[in-house]
Amino acid sequence: MTAHVVVVGASLGGLRAAEQLRAAGHGGPITVVGEEIHLPYNRPPLSKDVLADAGDDDVERLHTGLAFRRRASIDDVEFLLGRRAVASDLVARTVSLDDGTTLAYDGLVVATGLRARRLPLPGPAAGRHVIRTLDDALGLRSAIRTTATAVVIGAGFVGCETAASLHRLGIRVTVVDPFPVAFERALGPLLGGAIQRHLETAGVRFRTGTGVVSYTGSHAISGVTLDDGTTVSAGLVVEAVGSACNTEWLAGNGLDLSDGVLTDNDLRVLGVDRVVAVGDIARFPNALFGGDPRRVEHWSMPTDTAKRAATTLVADLAGAPAMAAPFAPIPSFWSDLLDLRLQAFGSPALGDTAVVESGDLDHLADGVLVTYLREGRLVGNVAVNLPPVRQRALRDAFLLPVS
Amino acid sequence: MKITVDLDKCQDHGQCAIAAPVAFRMNDEGNLEYETTVDDSYLDEVEEAADVCPVQAILVAQG
Repeated sequence: MTAHVVVVGASLGGLRAAEQLRAAGHGGPITVVGEEIHLPYNRPPLSKDVLADAGDDDVERLHTGLAFRRRASIDDVEFLLGRRAVASDLVARTVSLDDGTTLAYDGLVVATGLRARRLPLPGPAAGRHVIRTLDDALGLRSAIRTTATAVVIGAGFVGCETAASLHRLGIRVTVVDPFPVAFERALGPLLGGAIQRHLETAGVRFRTGTGVVSYTGSHAISGVTLDDGTTVSAGLVVEAVGSACNTEWLAGNGLDLSDGVLTDNDLRVLGVDRVVAVGDIARFPNALFGGDPRRVEHWSMPTDTAKRAATTLVADLAGAPAMAAPFAPIPSFWSDLLDLRLQAFGSPALGDTAVVESGDLDHLADGVLVTYLREGRLVGNVAVNLPPVRQRALRDAFLLPVS
Repeated sequence: MKITVDLDKCQDHGQCAIAAPVAFRMNDEGNLEYETTVDDSYLDEVEEAADVCPVQAILVAQG
């Protein structure tokens, strides 16, 4: 087959899509387009290892430590880096880039992912940070050398991991979140509250149940004013308040872009032919969780969805039937927070009930297992500081019964 | 195939042991043990283990 496949997005999802297209038998040309100038790299260390790294700020050195290995099967794949897709015509099968070029495709993979959301708050511009890309992390790295105080807005995983890293570097850090406890949406108040107390005992400050109204300072940020009128001093602010989907380039094609890109269970973008989506931008029905289409932002998703999407696209290009078995990936994610290692399977956020199966929430470091139920059915589990040998059983609890 | 794990990178997440138990296992102390040579018939699952490693510490070389 000599069909040309264009992959838009050159992070984990785009890389895995290229590799899995080859694994699924696609021998034709593949072009991967990426907005960042860097070859695909691993993002989770950005809020941890990259901030703590004691070496110089050389971007190539830091990128080398994060870059994904690329399978030999994609040595002939063309990476167009530093270029962004700005428009597309999914009937004419073309994608337009910001340098004025147009790429024609036979098959298209949507892998443009997310970007960090920023807060439109009044106050100085200097001192505002997000942490999504290597360049973001580099900016924060150099800023933390000249500050003694920081505020992190958002008490989710990115926010709390960043706060833990800053705390370890000796910075007085305060985490602010409008929800009553940290991790409330991702893990629920029971475990979220326990993790917050653990981090507070270690010295990380929290101002929860509180919004931010403005930043203070004349030329650069000197503090954060909260909605109760108090001000927390801060030499810099990290906004860890979620993400926006990079779907603008798909507008005008009649797609459902209300939350990422709506696909079927095989990752086919609904409403067009020969287009699939992978990673955290794909809103697909997962048979494990009742079949409602959802986006999943966990690290495991680009790899899982790329495998299925590539199989689907190769079959569609050949006019062959797609896989019969339903796509039912088991989401998994982890987090390192000071001396805690969280390992989760499923979607704890979907639970209506959290149950402590073992351990003591007041002694998280000694090992705790929490399971999450939705209408009595298991939807997630989170292990804190449990030995990795137990993980297989925790994951296998989600395997679909063979019918 | 030949398997190499960068033990400076490895943080004992254990995802590889789920994906490819033929090559990787976590011992009772919570540390990784692995085979350096595995038959090529297991390539798919060993490559999956390399893919799912959170710190990307696993290198697979065919042959």
